[in-house]
Amino acid sequence: MATYLEFIQQNEERDGVRFSWNVWPSSRLEATRMVVPLACLLTPLKERLDLPPVQYEPVLCSRPTCKAVLNPLCQVDYRAKLWACNFCFQRNQFPPAYAGISEVNQPAELMPQFSTIEYIVQRGPQMPLIFLYVVDTCLEEEDLQALKESLQMSLSLLPADALVGLITFGRMVQVHELSCEGISKSYVFRGTKDLTAKQIQDMLGLSRPAVPIQQGRPLQTPEQPVISSRFLQPVHKIDMNLTDLLGELQRDPWPLRSTGVALSIAVGLLEGTFPNTGARIMLFTGGPPTQGPGMVVGDELKTPIRSWHDIEKDNARFMKKATKHYETLANRTAANGHCIDIYACALDQTGLLEMKCCANLTGGHMVMGDSFNTSLFKQTFQRVFSKGFNGEFRMAFGANLDVKTSRELKIAGAIGPCISLNAKGPCVSENELGIGGTSQWKICSLDPSTTLAIYFEVVNQHNAPIPQGGRGAVQFVTQYQHSSTQKRIRVTTIARNWADAQSQLQHIEAAFDQEAAAVLMARLGVYRAESEEGPDVLRWLDRQLIRLCQKFGQYNKDDPNSFRLSESFSLYPQFMFHLRRSPFLQVFNNSPDESSYYRHHFARQDLTQSLIMIQPILYAYSFHGPPEPVLLDSSSILPDRILLMDTFFQIVIYLGETIAQWQKAGYQDMPEYENFKHLLQAPLDDAQEILQTRFPMPRYIHTEHGGSQARFLLSKVNPSQTHNNLYAWGQESGAPILTDDVSLQVFMDHLKKLAVSSAS
Amino acid sequence: PGFAPPPSSTGIGPSSYPPTTGAPRPPTMPGPPLPGQTVAGPPTSQPNHISSPPPPSAMSGPHPGPPMSGLHGPLPPTHPPQPGYQMQQNGSFGQVRGPQPNYGGAYPGTPNYGSQPGPPPPPKRLDPDSIPSPIQVIEDDRSNRGSEPFVTGVRGQVPPLVTTNFLVKDQGNASPRYIRCTSYNIPCTSDMAKQSQVPLAAVIKPLATLPPEETLPYLVDHGESGPVRCNRCKAYMCPFMQFIEGGRRFQCCFCSCVTEVPPHYFQHLDHTGKRVDFYDRPELSLGSYEFLATVDYCKNNKFPSPPAFIFMIDVSYNAVKSGLVRLICEELKSLLDYLPREGNMEESAIRVGFVTYNKVLHFYNVKSSLAQPQMMVVSDVADMFVPLLDGFLVNVNESRTVIASLLDQIPEMFADTRETETVFAPVIQAGLEALKEAECAGKLFIFHTSLPIAEAPGKLKNRDDKKLINTDKEKTLFQPQTSFYNNLAKDCVAQGCCVDLFLFPNQYLDVATLGVVPYQTGGSIYKYAYFQLETDQDRFLNDLRRDVQKEVGFDAVMRVRTSTGIRATDFFGAFYMSNTTDVEMAGLDCDKTITVEFKHDDKLSEDTGALLQCALLYTSCAGQRRLRIHNLSLNCCTQLADLYRNCETDTLINYLAKYAYRGVLSSPVKTVRDALINQCAQILACYRKNCASPSSAGQLILPECMKLLPVYLNCVLKSDVLQPGPEVTTDDRAYVRQLVTSMDVAETNVFFYPRLLPLTKADVDSDSLPAAIRNSEERLSKGDIYLLENGLNIFVWVGVNVQQGLIQSLFGVSSFSQISNSLSTLPVLENPFSKKVRSMIDMLQVQRSRYMKLIIVKQEDKLEMLFKHFLVEDKSLSGGASYVDFLCHMHKEIRQLLS
Repeated sequence: MATYLEFIQQNEERDGVRFSWNVWPSSRLEATRMVVPLACLLTPLKERLDLPPVQYEPVLCSRPTCKAVLNPLCQVDYRAKLWACNFCFQRNQFPPAYAGISEVNQPAELMPQFSTIEYIVQRGPQMPLIFLYVVDTCLEEEDLQALKESLQMSLSLLPADALVGLITFGRMVQVHELSCEGISKSYVFRGTKDLTAKQIQDMLGLSRPAVPIQQGRPLQTPEQPVISSRFLQPVHKIDMNLTDLLGELQRDPWPLRSTGVALSIAVGLLEGTFPNTGARIMLFTGGPPTQGPGMVVGDELKTPIRSWHDIEKDNARFMKKATKHYETLANRTAANGHCIDIYACALDQTGLLEMKCCANLTGGHMVMGDSFNTSLFKQTFQRVFSKGFNGEFRMAFGANLDVKTSRELKIAGAIGPCISLNAKGPCVSENELGIGGTSQWKICSLDPSTTLAIYFEVVNQHNAPIPQGGRGAVQFVTQYQHSSTQKRIRVTTIARNWADAQSQLQHIEAAFDQEAAAVLMARLGVYRAESEEGPDVLRWLDRQLIRLCQKFGQYNKDDPNSFRLSESFSLYPQFMFHLRRSPFLQVFNNSPDESSYYRHHFARQDLTQSLIMIQPILYAYSFHGPPEPVLLDSSSILPDRILLMDTFFQIVIYLGETIAQWQKAGYQDMPEYENFKHLLQAPLDDAQEILQTRFPMPRYIHTEHGGSQARFLLSKVNPSQTHNNLYAWGQESGAPILTDDVSLQVFMDHLKKLAVSSAS
Repeated sequence: PGFAPPPSSTGIGPSSYPPTTGAPRPPTMPGPPLPGQTVAGPPTSQPNHISSPPPPSAMSGPHPGPPMSGLHGPLPPTHPPQPGYQMQQNGSFGQVRGPQPNYGGAYPGTPNYGSQPGPPPPPKRLDPDSIPSPIQVIEDDRSNRGSEPFVTGVRGQVPPLVTTNFLVKDQGNASPRYIRCTSYNIPCTSDMAKQSQVPLAAVIKPLATLPPEETLPYLVDHGESGPVRCNRCKAYMCPFMQFIEGGRRFQCCFCSCVTEVPPHYFQHLDHTGKRVDFYDRPELSLGSYEFLATVDYCKNNKFPSPPAFIFMIDVSYNAVKSGLVRLICEELKSLLDYLPREGNMEESAIRVGFVTYNKVLHFYNVKSSLAQPQMMVVSDVADMFVPLLDGFLVNVNESRTVIASLLDQIPEMFADTRETETVFAPVIQAGLEALKEAECAGKLFIFHTSLPIAEAPGKLKNRDDKKLINTDKEKTLFQPQTSFYNNLAKDCVAQGCCVDLFLFPNQYLDVATLGVVPYQTGGSIYKYAYFQLETDQDRFLNDLRRDVQKEVGFDAVMRVRTSTGIRATDFFGAFYMSNTTDVEMAGLDCDKTITVEFKHDDKLSEDTGALLQCALLYTSCAGQRRLRIHNLSLNCCTQLADLYRNCETDTLINYLAKYAYRGVLSSPVKTVRDALINQCAQILACYRKNCASPSSAGQLILPECMKLLPVYLNCVLKSDVLQPGPEVTTDDRAYVRQLVTSMDVAETNVFFYPRLLPLTKADVDSDSLPAAIRNSEERLSKGDIYLLENGLNIFVWVGVNVQQGLIQSLFGVSSFSQISNSLSTLPVLENPFSKKVRSMIDMLQVQRSRYMKLIIVKQEDKLEMLFKHFLVEDKSLSGGASYVDFLCHMHKEIRQLLS
């Protein structure tokens, strides 16, 4: 093992896990002094080309409170056919099927390279995937048309045996029956009335009627599928029918949107018919809910939708009630193992702030766009149904993540698209970070990039001995429904060395993963920001940063210039600088919906994407050399450069002043300036590459010096040159940013001052 | 005077005389002294005066004497003969038969005739032939008044009877087809009115259909300022308004207020004080006309949209299984082309919508642009709403193919239904909401089969309990079981949502409750108990066709204004009233009648008479807002005799029946019956006391115009509502009760005293009907075939001894025993007799607003019991008195009042 960097990378690739600390401080006290908690980013379904699943059940520890899965870290007595659980030290008999086991004949789960292993198990009936479209009809004609086409197109992308259903809504909510021939039939509900699941099922005729037992007639056994199939049909049977139905969808003549009730009905429908089966409720909405439970804004056009200002002033009339409505729905949905996607396309806000929990708690997607008639929506939606390298849909359902720890560790909580399963146990900490108080979480829908942050607490007492040669271990057991409808279990078991922070601080320091730490801290910050005032969160982040610098910096007291950070910490302050400016923590210039949207994605993406979100990447293209990454700094904005910025949500191509002039002059069309043409093309090609792979599809912005859209770039770069210091610098390069925000330089200076201050 | 009856007569004549048709009539009323009674030989020739047998127990027994029967001469002496007064037929009862040798001196109407004979005679029976005969009265009126048109120019004229065919010429008063009164001469004071106890009422049928020979009311447009009205009482311009000051002002004929004539309406007066344009303006010269309403007369100050018809079909198991759903759908396909149209319009402006339901509702989108109709199910019956706006109500022509496709598919879609429960109130709510959304008035046609027991608002339970009959709680059977429907009806009226209900029950479905909304919205109820496709489809389809096609107005408000002195105080009919003066009807069709009662609040004067103006504001079937005005002038009298001489018994019965039928809602039936008897006894006693010649107390003297009051009243008393037989269901009673409330005079007339026609006496070569005979079994001959109709049913009664030839030609079978009594129509046979009978039946069907159910009754067959129920002069099985018995009872009552 060469470096920690490689170690970290290797671990991530094999196990989908990145820890903030790769050598663990061995006592509670020391751990808390590390400032950044012991935590990891876990990507439970990380794509592993080299991991063929095994077709048998995992072997479990027989201790009822443990039930850890047999793994390479277990000690095995091949002669006695016994294995010792590395978490609870229970000695277990191998099951009969393992009779032939020996040192040379090991099952996969005992081999070290299988620290992550996937089992396919046969449990219960295999249920097809379910896709329930919930479609807003209060759209502009053009939008509706585009949406219809997207939906029709999507039918061809679904698994052939998937069940589909259609609910449309406007002032009323219509549940379409898909089975009937000839006349098309739908059940209609008032959009203003919330109904209980029972009522919905009664009204849809889904509740089991007390059928009088008919004499001499055998009871039909497959009753359930028959009943529910009226609204949910295999796509291969009714795709024609559904295509026609979508084609005939009319705009709602009443401009009222009953999103709350529509979702409630969708949830109730699935709850009654297919509980605990993989199902997506896909909500397509073109505006905010304007009536009924869950309404976000009144139907009068003169009243605008709530802004951050209104929320601060406690002027958002409907927000609390609406949020409560959607939270209740989201919790019900999650309890049933279904997920809700929100595809919201409108120029104004659509109430994502209130509805966000629907996607956040169930692992559903949240997509925000200007119109359904944009490639942003169309391609994003198409990508929902994209397939992985092995031709399988990149979606999984109803996952149950169980985390087991060795005795020195306890679980403090998780942050990500999950809900708690309230599994109390010996390894659950009393101190909560994120969603805590449990060792199990439910992730109703996940894809290979879904990433959870999991926080631990070291509970070993300061004076207790470090387990001799012992390593701390964590096991992640993820049971889920694969897109092929198989039940699978993925088990990842990792171990890290303990170190005494007093004597071996440099080991711990060296094993610090500053990228993971930045993301893990950011998740905590964003999680707090959802419930706390923005400035408080910033203050907390600052304090943590200062403490970290105090702990790991090298400096002379009260001498800022003497301050140094080791390499493994060097980037961390910069991440924090950008995080402070990011839309995840700053609401200025963002609508409440946008904030919710950004935070939604931040809380589920993997480390790489999260870092891009925190600190966008900037590439420069010029005649001076090959494309190169440049500092996210205003000094990088030069007239003879083309910049490509990726913020995850936006891809900005910015032509420098001179380049833009050349382009206007049409040099690129002249044969003798073909190299200019190539220069112009290069960032476009690179942008395409990013656009192709990312979900959701980023907003693609092509702008130039002085263009109005250049603001996307200018707001992200570090304002090293502003109108305040431009002349002081007296340089020609770079572009001044008209802002009073502090630059990284100022930030760092201040940080150093505080870190070295003996007062704090 | 001085005439002594033969000792044995004792005022009661034998009834053994066979009725002889075509016998000469007894003398006309007061007429000139009759020539020796030779013609009118029979002892019955003394009209109006009937002395009852002194001891009530003496009703039976032999009647040896000549048939003197104490029926006495015409007018009381106080009234000198009025030769010119031909219309008031006298002696119009009692079949005249052959000369009676003994009868000689009977005629002159001696007051003491028929008085208590010295020795109590052996019990006698009143001769049915000697008592007033409805048939005779009808025939007389027909022959006397049927030929000349009835010209309405004169104040207080009594029109011909409803049973008479006559033409009307409007010369300033509304045709009797629109308004009939109980009396055309109103007492000047309330004391007089109270004394006489004669109710003052008008039976108004504002949108009555006229025969083709008569012209419809002209439509008058007074321009933007709207119809010219009195400033104070708001009466509309009418022929009785008095123009003064050279035509610059007019004085209101109702309240005497003087109003300026608007400039655009000014016209000079001629030397008689008449406006020069008198004949050019319908509102000045006619009794009935229409005004075009301005926007002020419209709801929300907006001209109305054309109305809509919504068809709402029960598709529960019973409805589907009986074939009803298929039948309705098939019929609607063609029927929709015959929606009511305004005058010369090419297509109807009415839009249509469709709903089916069982315990949930299914709405249909039949928008013309759709390839297929779309069904939208609303299961939230607790909170009904309409799931679609665009495409629910459509123009028939535009959406023809979609509608056809829908009507084809409805029976298929529900063919396998096993849903037996239905809802009802939500169905009405759905229609109401749909009309609200569309901002129009309209009519719901609801086809319903069962008691709505599904969980929903307006859910009902079976509360039928025959044990309540004849108890104080009987009234609850007629009352709705929940007030929910009353509130719903109120909402419907506010929107102009009229409900027509077609019921197909196989068991109790609580007509009393289900009928509340149709009743209060001016709709109709049709009931087909135990509906069977083969036997009932013709009747149902005919009713449906007529109901859909008939002329109808929507969102109607009727106000009756009267001269100072009397006031409309009570209203009977199918409507809703939110205040004491305005009759509101969501819909009003050409068959609906409102009976209005008047009371004095001041004195009237003989000079000015009394005026009525009935103004009906409504929306036509094309969506035009109009006012229909009917004016009627009546005389006023200070003499009671004038009142009695200008009464109309048919109208009186119409009023009394409606009054009594309303009474059963609040009082025990017995109380209602007693009150009816009592009121009539008082009416007759008052006449006897004040108008009849002094005569012995034992003599029954009836006013000429009211001589049928006892027989008709008896029919009302023994009707199913007031005296149900064991076979009459609670639903039937509630149904009939509501039905009668909207009936006009002609309908109540034949409903209470059915028409009985001897078919075998029909002249196959003429298209006239044979003369009717009286409703009594003893008038039936075993060798004849009779037809009886009462507006709801037609019975064809076949005697056991009818010639085989007749049976063959009518039924196509060779013998009496082969006649099937399950026939619902007569077979179509090519022979004169069959043709004649069938054309007669067709003719009768056309006359009635509902298609009558045809029932074949064979003499001595089970069904005969049912038939006998309609022989109203006989004693009924349910305990109703025979005509003769009742007359005696009335006489007793009157005598008690007089003593």
